[in-house]
Amino acid sequence: MSPVKNMKVRNFHQAKWDEPIIFELGSKGERGILLPEIENEIEAVIGDGFSKIPKHMIREQVPCLPEISQMQVLKHYLRLSQETLGADLNVDIGQGTCTMKYSPKINEIFAISPKITELHPSQPICTVQGILEIFYKTDLFLREISGLDQFTLQPASGSQAILTMSSIIKAFHDYNGENTQRDEIITTIFSHPSDAAAPAVQGYKIIDIYPNQEGLPDLEALKEAISDRTAGLLITNPEDTGIYNPYIKEFTKMIHEAGGLCGYDQANANGVLGIARAKEADFDMCFFNLHKTFSSPHGCGGPSAGALGVKKELIKFLPVPLVRYNGSEYLFDYNVSHTIGKVRSYYGVVPAVLKAYSWIMSLGREGLEEVSRIAVLNNNYLLKKVLEINGTSAPYAKGHHRIEQVRYSWNKLTEETGITTEDITNRMVDFGFHMWSSHHPFIVPQPFTLEPTESYSKAEIDEYIAGLAKVAEEAHSNPEIVKNAPHRSVVHKLITDSLDDPDKWAITWRSYLKKWKNDRI
Amino acid sequence: MIIIMKKVGLIINPIAGMGGRVGLKGTDGGEILEQARLLGAIPESQNRTLITIQKLLPIQEKIELITYPEEMGENIAKKCGFQPTIIGSISKGKTTREDTQKAAKDLLDLKIDLLLFAGGDGTARDIYDAIEDELVTLGIPTGVKIQSAVFARNPARAGELALSFLQKRTIRVREAEVMDIDEDSFRKGIVRAKLYGYLTIPYERAHVQSSKAGSPETENFAHQAIAEEIIENMETNYFYIVGPGTTTRAIMDKLQLANTLLGIDLIYDKKLIANDLNESKLTHYIQGKKAKLIITPIGGQGYILGRGNQQLSPDIIKKIGKDNIIVIATRNKINSLNGQPLLVDSGDKEVDELLCGYIGIITGYREKSIYRVTR
Amino acid sequence: MNTKKSFIHPYIPNSVPEIKEKMMQEIGINDIEELYTDIPDFLRFKGSMDLPDPLLSEYDLKRHVNGILSKNTTCQESISFLGGGCWQHYVPAICDEINQRSEFLTAYAGEPYEDHGRFHALFEYASMMGELLEMDVVNVPTYDWGQAASTAIQMATRITDRTEILVSDTISPDRLLIIQNYCSPLLKMKTMKTDYETGKIDLGDLEDSISNKTAGVYFENPSYLGCIEDQGSKISSITHENDALCIVGTDPLSLGVLTPPSNYGADIVCGDIQGLGMHMQYGGGHAGFIATHDEEKIVMEYPSRLFGIIPTVVKGEYGFGDVTYDRTSFSKREKGKEFIGTAAALWGITAGVYLALLGPQGMQELGKLILQKSQYAMKRLSTIDGINILFNQTSHFKEFVVDFNKTPKKVSEINELLVKKKIFGGKDLSKEFPNLRESALFCVTEVHKKEDIDKLILGLEEILN
Repeated sequence: MSPVKNMKVRNFHQAKWDEPIIFELGSKGERGILLPEIENEIEAVIGDGFSKIPKHMIREQVPCLPEISQMQVLKHYLRLSQETLGADLNVDIGQGTCTMKYSPKINEIFAISPKITELHPSQPICTVQGILEIFYKTDLFLREISGLDQFTLQPASGSQAILTMSSIIKAFHDYNGENTQRDEIITTIFSHPSDAAAPAVQGYKIIDIYPNQEGLPDLEALKEAISDRTAGLLITNPEDTGIYNPYIKEFTKMIHEAGGLCGYDQANANGVLGIARAKEADFDMCFFNLHKTFSSPHGCGGPSAGALGVKKELIKFLPVPLVRYNGSEYLFDYNVSHTIGKVRSYYGVVPAVLKAYSWIMSLGREGLEEVSRIAVLNNNYLLKKVLEINGTSAPYAKGHHRIEQVRYSWNKLTEETGITTEDITNRMVDFGFHMWSSHHPFIVPQPFTLEPTESYSKAEIDEYIAGLAKVAEEAHSNPEIVKNAPHRSVVHKLITDSLDDPDKWAITWRSYLKKWKNDRI
Repeated sequence: MIIIMKKVGLIINPIAGMGGRVGLKGTDGGEILEQARLLGAIPESQNRTLITIQKLLPIQEKIELITYPEEMGENIAKKCGFQPTIIGSISKGKTTREDTQKAAKDLLDLKIDLLLFAGGDGTARDIYDAIEDELVTLGIPTGVKIQSAVFARNPARAGELALSFLQKRTIRVREAEVMDIDEDSFRKGIVRAKLYGYLTIPYERAHVQSSKAGSPETENFAHQAIAEEIIENMETNYFYIVGPGTTTRAIMDKLQLANTLLGIDLIYDKKLIANDLNESKLTHYIQGKKAKLIITPIGGQGYILGRGNQQLSPDIIKKIGKDNIIVIATRNKINSLNGQPLLVDSGDKEVDELLCGYIGIITGYREKSIYRVTR
Repeated sequence: MNTKKSFIHPYIPNSVPEIKEKMMQEIGINDIEELYTDIPDFLRFKGSMDLPDPLLSEYDLKRHVNGILSKNTTCQESISFLGGGCWQHYVPAICDEINQRSEFLTAYAGEPYEDHGRFHALFEYASMMGELLEMDVVNVPTYDWGQAASTAIQMATRITDRTEILVSDTISPDRLLIIQNYCSPLLKMKTMKTDYETGKIDLGDLEDSISNKTAGVYFENPSYLGCIEDQGSKISSITHENDALCIVGTDPLSLGVLTPPSNYGADIVCGDIQGLGMHMQYGGGHAGFIATHDEEKIVMEYPSRLFGIIPTVVKGEYGFGDVTYDRTSFSKREKGKEFIGTAAALWGITAGVYLALLGPQGMQELGKLILQKSQYAMKRLSTIDGINILFNQTSHFKEFVVDFNKTPKKVSEINELLVKKKIFGGKDLSKEFPNLRESALFCVTEVHKKEDIDKLILGLEEILN
């Protein structure tokens, strides 16, 4: 039955603490932490500090925050952490597109060193030479990995890096006096949705290309999309299907001929480090997600970082400041002639940059190449095994190998059993797995996207496959158990109606008390 | 929780699906039916409907199931374990489309919350004729021809959708196409679909996490966004031929012009020239003039020409030219094609080939998709 | 490099040759290279990345990285009076304990089942912020204050269907750059003058500048220059008379003692939560919040994730999910569409821990301490010859501008000399606010002991005399 012989799923049960909402904890007067006492000398001179504040600006009532002793706060949050399934605990290959790889603990040790946490961003540069060196060298490393000429580490995420690319495209055409006429950004439907959404913020008209039968955007489609209004192309390669677009250089060529710029979203770079670069495909810009490919942890949804590189000609548009080295000292360069300004405060998400630096240093050239080779090996092994499970398919590119991930479909299983991707997602939890449910747009019906990265062992990959096989088998033999899942997670099936009912949605506890109190009797 | 009894209507077209098994294409018309019965067709509708209403058993205490006698619903409802309210009367074994229509009207009078009907495209047409968009309805696919978007993907799915709709406080509905094929020509092997109208059906948004890029948009939102994009870019001295459908209707609504939902309208300079034009009248108006055509694919099928808009003859398409054809569609509509290309079937090979390849589809305000078109 | 033998990297389990072999066999290939055949040769990188030799042992790596980091001098090793957008506050040990938990640190986008705890913690964060701000809707954090302000502004333009924004001219210049980049070219930003006698908004200029094109009025309280804007009610009523929205950027740490903006008419409140339990991290600890009242029309314009509390099939069990309103009505201002993505959730969880630890008393005591200590510093500084405190008649919170124009030295020179005394002086404003010439923005918080402030005074006296 199972494509992986002798591999069993776990008799898993997640921690369930039935934890109250924090406002239900503690009692009046309890304290979680005490603050320093004000020195007598200061109080003697200043008084209580309120006398200078206009009466109406003094808060009348203290905020209705919970009052809880320290250990009880700790316990509450530790329990909540146990009710969260982090990548450190599960075989996190079900969150394709997100490269849930191992985030080495040594890098966390660096990130909590006071030598980094206690630095203020406006300190004199002679006191921050260490962190500037990290910035400068990370830039140099990324230049090698991409072939481009200068990086900024300022964007705080992939989406913000895309926004920065869009800003640079705008600045470039402004510089050439062409901005009014060039107002269209071309992207593809299998690129990250932010490749369309971020430039739209800045008023760009978005043209997206649907894939052909092979799952690739084709040149004919690009021709239809290109015009004298084309400002630029923002594209992922490989796209979220894991198929490498072999025509990518023709894409960049056609965009360049039409007068546009090409931005490479390298969200899916994990399979091509040292194998294929932005430069060889003639991209003008590219960015890496330091929290994906370069191992910085995802932190429940950030903080993250998007390192953006450009060709020489575009350096003049980068956000300020850039980090330079004058032979003896690292320094900030605000002298960027046509800078777009800033996208994030100060210099970016510093701990993420530090972790990426350390990760690259721990692997070197050979190590990075091995990361990609093994990520691709793992993915194709997984592909082979997943397709042995009844009800699965991998749309497009039949018989081809994929790079680092695959967008699969449960459509056949759904047609046969009525069990959907969402149901399977919920059932996988019962075996200690996570399978992501958001794959917009849904052009692959009943989608699931797996990306095994280089971090998981063969045994772990086999275990995940056994989980998929088990649930697929249950879809036939015991569909109700799948439909009503999860059974062994933190909570039971959610009743979600109220989430889109303005009279019932409750985004804060105070709102919940107002809207639901009567219902809770 | 306060329990409000919801009323659910059920109509089964008992003969739907009978033709399929015996190789006939649909059972509309008494003669064909007789032929089907002679060939030994067994009613499929009952068993398939059972699958659907079984899904409602968990809430049977909270719903009143109202249906017509015998094979039009009573039998299967009771078999399933419901205690249905029976209205109307039929002559057993000899029901006709009039019975379907009568039942729908009776249920409309009872102000039911949801009408489930089992049948095919012909049945959907009958329901539409009887109630138009006055009720929320949902088709259980039991017929041979299922071209209309008012049917759930399969009977089980129909049951799940109905269950979820009846349990929800928030009502989500959308308009879906009622399509049917000209029966005579269909049996001769010629497919000629017609858009009859729209029924209001429930739909369910999968309650998974927010999408990566933002909040979901309703069809209505998308329609307005598309209309805005079209109107903002309208050129003077062009006639605009507005094809049928709810997507194109939004443009007319936004311009506050009278609109023919199923027909071809013509505007110039954002003013109405004529409604519901046939081929010859349309030709007359645009003869020697510059014209642009706004069309939308049929939901779930992807036909942009040759289904529901036969007034747009090959000659007219040639006159207008590919560059002046503006295709509009919501993303939901495109994504529901599951990657299948858009289709053209104008009846003229040359015209079809002209339109094949890649075409831009306006999908929203300042949004366009490049999509494949084939014959 | 060439002399080194091949290695099995501890981060890459399947590098083991036997495993590799097995997996290749399963796929039906002899060489991993075959998996790359879809990448055309001309797109393959033929060179070799010029990267340093790897530090394969964790020990060597630690030596190396710590070696670089040791070149930094921290705000623990010196006394810092720097603020202006990033602030040194005490971080309770539990904040660090929680945000270093493997589960929170390495989770990402799990479902509200297996990641219940993540949803729960972020819902509580929003709820506690809601109490502090006295508002019913708070988002899952975005990147930073600059992004929060940009989005708040965009929201205002969508809600009002207008495109002009009035922004106070004492906003942080860096923040203004972020907003400008995000909002241009679709929005028109106009500055609203500050009365440089008081450091507060010039109401006359506001009345002159506002019109029926104005979508919103954005100001910060306390301002970037540290002044408490006490005309909030007047500003919001002028704004509302023109059917525009009042957007206020605020420091949540001030709200234990100061009136929350919702009480003087703010429609949208935004700001940064770095001070609520995040170390400065050289500017890496930022996260932005946006808060509003619970009106459908406003909530629908949030691009951010909003987590809602919901029931489950088990009675009494709390569950959570994304509030996922459908966007139903299109207006032309849809130009101002936005995106969401990975932002700063971990800092949101941490800020929740911080607020739970401090509680109502703690937040009030913290505010009071900051008021007292900053007032003490201002008082002591103003006794130094040639030094003035700007906007001295206006009340301040945490930050204030020190005017060195009547001293013989430039701010940059003074700061250089202070560094030698292990003091980071105030942020030089001479470039950001040329009209203030040689002035600096000083920040005093609960971390400053009297002796630290006295040391600053002594140092300045030595430098200036």
